[in-house]
Order: sequence, then structure tokens, then C-alpha cells
Amino acid sequence: MATGELNPSHYPAQRAANVVKHYLNTRYGSPYRWVGLHKVHSANAEEVAESGRKYHLEISVQEMTGNTTEKCSAEVLFPALENQRSPQVQASCEALLTANTTAQEEALYQQYRRNHTLLSGHNLPDSYGHIDPDMKPLWHLGGVASSFVMLKESTENTLYNMAQVANVTQLETENDQLRFNYHVLLHDMVSQEIIHWKLLVTWSPAEGVKVLQMEELPKCEHCEVPPKPN
Amino acid sequence: MEKTMFKSWGLILFMLTLKGGLETSSSLAERLESKRNYNYTKYHPMEEIYKWMEDVERGNPELVSSSVYGLTFEERNITLLKLGLENPEGREKKAIWMDCGIHAREWIAPAFCQWFVKEILQSYKTNEKLTEMLQNLDMYVTPVVNVDGYMFTWTNESNRLWRKSRSLPPSDCGCRGVDLNRNFNANWGTVGVSYNCCDNTYCGTSPVSEPEAKAVTDFVGSRLNQILCFLTIHSSGQLILLPYGHPEISAPNYDELVAVGKEAAAEMKKVHGMDYTVGTSPQVLYKNSGSSRDWARLVGIPFSYTFELRDKGEFGHLLPEDQIQPACEEAYAGALSIITFVHDKAFNNVTTVPNAAVTTVTGITTVTGVAITIWSTIMAFSLTTGVLM
Repeated sequence: MATGELNPSHYPAQRAANVVKHYLNTRYGSPYRWVGLHKVHSANAEEVAESGRKYHLEISVQEMTGNTTEKCSAEVLFPALENQRSPQVQASCEALLTANTTAQEEALYQQYRRNHTLLSGHNLPDSYGHIDPDMKPLWHLGGVASSFVMLKESTENTLYNMAQVANVTQLETENDQLRFNYHVLLHDMVSQEIIHWKLLVTWSPAEGVKVLQMEELPKCEHCEVPPKPN
Repeated sequence: MEKTMFKSWGLILFMLTLKGGLETSSSLAERLESKRNYNYTKYHPMEEIYKWMEDVERGNPELVSSSVYGLTFEERNITLLKLGLENPEGREKKAIWMDCGIHAREWIAPAFCQWFVKEILQSYKTNEKLTEMLQNLDMYVTPVVNVDGYMFTWTNESNRLWRKSRSLPPSDCGCRGVDLNRNFNANWGTVGVSYNCCDNTYCGTSPVSEPEAKAVTDFVGSRLNQILCFLTIHSSGQLILLPYGHPEISAPNYDELVAVGKEAAAEMKKVHGMDYTVGTSPQVLYKNSGSSRDWARLVGIPFSYTFELRDKGEFGHLLPEDQIQPACEEAYAGALSIITFVHDKAFNNVTTVPNAAVTTVTGITTVTGVAITIWSTIMAFSLTTGVLM
């Protein structure tokens, strides 16, 4: 793989930047803050002996819920295969969190807590790309929760995005955390596969998004989940 | 008595004629209505697309004819629309090729092919340049190549993200479908493919094993001297990909392909500000083999591009219908930019490559033309194995 200065529009830099996007979602994401990649400005990669490959990136991200873009500097370390599998990310963004979502988050939190019937939804978006405005926060939350999985699963040979929330069901609130069961479909651009995951997700404005359980589902009914390369 | 009977028969006959006449004119009105009312900003199931093609052909006989050039695995028609006008001097015409819907779930692609046809229909009469181009070249447009797969994505919401064809697997494997864009005879089975029939990049049992790939290969392959450019439309990612998918093989006219591609991307950005990245697949996406784009370049079509339309991951293949119009408007600008270039290069002796550093203008055509001829000849010998020498 290439080292040194990388072409920012070529795939190695783009894949690494995508990992930063997932990291930022796990740290800052909410039903009203879903981070997307806007542009890679510059990138370079180096071999780190016995650790793996480290990318240095200057990127811009945008909050898909708004129209603002923010600049970030980030480092992504893809571990050498013998080590643990997940990439490690450090990022600092100029002003990510400027859009004040506190009021909306608080309102949504209170509304969902007060629900007498637990919420549920499916096919977000539907076959026509449509999402009911009322379901958009749950779609964003699914995207943010999926980033926990996609961050964990990413390598230099993958490019993950959430394709769809197949199903979301609200569970009883526990410890002031809203709780949801999600069935999400993830798309890996490189293999072109759709991978199913079940997630147990909690959220509150105070604690942010957490994924308590994650489970990959097999491709077909009698299939097994293939073992991960070691 | 006789007079009365005659009058009755006359009346009956008159009413039958009237009724028949009314029926004819109302069904004609219906057809015109349906064409006028066809909603190009919604996704349409295959039955509606087939009907739309009939309506377009019937309503524009001076410009449009259709042709069924193959059958899918499940024996459905693979149909193209040929757009073109008579050449006033009776000169031999060239052609451009555009196909959509090789991958079933990429719904914006067939939507774009329909939009493209609509744009040509609605503007050529008042657009001198377009009229000139249509007199000099025919445009072969296939709205849906992978009809079986496309129809499968409409059967059930859980099938919406199907990608491949629907052919039955070989006996030693249990899943249907071949990735048609890995099945063409261009370095087949080498990189960026799976040999597992359950995978989404499964390249098939052999090059062009699939009837859909064979249909395109046979049609285009029998018109190589005519076809100036080959555009294959996909989603998503906002990319303009040039050949080849193999990281170590370069097209002989790489620089020109990049320049023309970048010009197209610039035209696309003017429409709604969206960025489209230009490069080979191994540069900007991933390595692959057996693509239709690679095969077209390999057999000598000088300009061959894959368009990956909107978006960049937010909705992916599930692009909302309210983005069909802007996505198609920018794609139209990009496609037209390339078509105009290849037309002018072939017909107006305009050989300046946009934004490329060139020394002699006239020299380029000659060199490129000779290079292409030599390359095509070399390629003709290696066509049977489909491996680039």
C-alpha cells in the first residue's frame, strides 16, 4: 500500500477518512447530529513498525442534519493483522458541535420517555428513499449507532455506510436511558455486500449514544457468520 | 317495414362506427396523455418502463425506434431505444452507447436513462447542436439491462438491495445471480471478484456466461466501427470512472480520457454544485475486472466511462425521489459533454483536448487514431482469451 503523501481523492485516503467519520459519530452523534464526510484535503500514510499503518488526515466533515462543514485533523492507525482488529482514531475538530442541538435533543428525549406506547419503525429509508419526518431522528440514531460497528469492523479494505434501518423498536427506559433494538443493514463498498447487524442502543442527552450489544447476523437462514481473518 | 329495418340497421351500423371511432381516438388520447404525464421524478417498475418505451417510440417515430437485442435469464426482453435523425447527405452515421441498470438496486440509473431520452425528445427540435448530432450519430439507450434483477428489487422490500442477475447457480453452489459487471470478457476473473456464487461480486462460471452480458457484447461488438463512446450508468459514489479496473493496465489514451472526464465533471458541478471524482477504478474506488466499461475500451471503443451517480453514502442506493431531478440534470450535463466531444472529434475535425497540454493540435488525432488502430488490432488477437497482453 502507498506511503507518504497520498492523493486525497484516491481510495486509501477516502477509506481512512470514512473511519474518522465513524469515530466522530461515536463520540458526538445523536438523533440530531449525524456526521458525514465532506472532503479530504490532504493525507499521508506511514508504516509504524510492529503496530500497523498510520494515516494523517486533514478533512472537512458536515453534519447531515444541518448545512455546516467543519475542519478536522485526524490520525487513523490500522493495526497490523497480528494485533487487535479495530482501527484507532484520534481527531480534533475546529468547531464540531457549534450547531446547538440541546433543545431539540431534550424535547425528543422527554417525548420518547413519556410515550405510553413504545415506538417502532421499519425500512428507514424505504425503497423510494423516503423517511417520514417523525422517524428521521430514529434514522439518524441508527446511523450513529451503526458507526460503532463500522468503526470496529473497518480496515484498509473496507468502506462502510449504513444502507438502511430495517427495524427499530423502543424498549422500556432504564436508568434514564432511552433504549432501542435496532436491526441495521450496512453496505461495504469494496465487497458490495449488505451485512445485517442487531444492536442494543441506549441514548440520553446527558450520556450520548451507547451500543450495549452488537451481533452480526448471517447472510442467509442456514448460513454461518464467516470467521474473521486473523 | 323494409325501410324501418334498413333505418335500424343503418342506425346500428352508425352507432358501431361512432363507438369504434370514439374508442380509437380516446385510446390515442390516453397514450398521448400517459406520455405527457409520465412522471420522470418517480421510480417506475419494469412494466411501466416497457410501456413507456412503446409510447415514446409510437409518439416520436421520426426520432425513436426500439430494438430487443437479447433475452434475460428469465427470458424477458432486453430492449434499447435508438435515437437518431436521418442524415441529410445520406452519410454513414456513427453512434454512442448508454446503458443503465446493470446492477438491480441502483434505481437512479434507469431513472436517468429515461430522463436522458426525455431531454433529447423535448429539446432537439429547438436545439441546433443536438439536431446536428442526431443527424450524425445514433444514440443507443438501454434503460434496464438487468431486467430480472430490477424486477426482483420491486417484489418485496427485503429484496430492494439485490445487485446481481437472477440466474441459477452452478451445481456446486447454492445462491442465484451473477454480478453482470464482473462477467464481461475483459481480464475476466482476475481482480476484484469472488468465485463464490453467493457473493455480490461473483463473476460467473466463465466470461460472458450470462445472457445479459452476452446481449450487450453481441450488439455492441457488431458495431465497433460505428460506436464512438460507451457510457454505463451506475450508483452510487459520485464518480466518473475510466478504464481499466486492473491496477497495472493503462488505456493508451489515458490522458485524453482524464481530460474529457474532468470536463464532464466540471459541467456536472455547474448544475448543482456536486463534486464528481474522475479517475480509474483502482485509483478512486477499487480494483475490478470483467466490467462492461473495460470490455468496451478493450475492443477499441476509444471513450468508455462508468458514471456513478448520487450520493456519497447518506442514502446510497436508496436515493430519495426528490433527488431524481437534480441527479439526472447533472448527469445529463456530464453525459452530453462527453457525447458532444466525441461527436465534434469525429465530425468537425476539432481535436483540441480540453485543458490538456498539447503541442500539435492536428498531430493528436492522427497519433491517437493510429494508436487506437494498432491497439485494436493487437486486442483482436487476444479477444478470445480476453486477457490484455
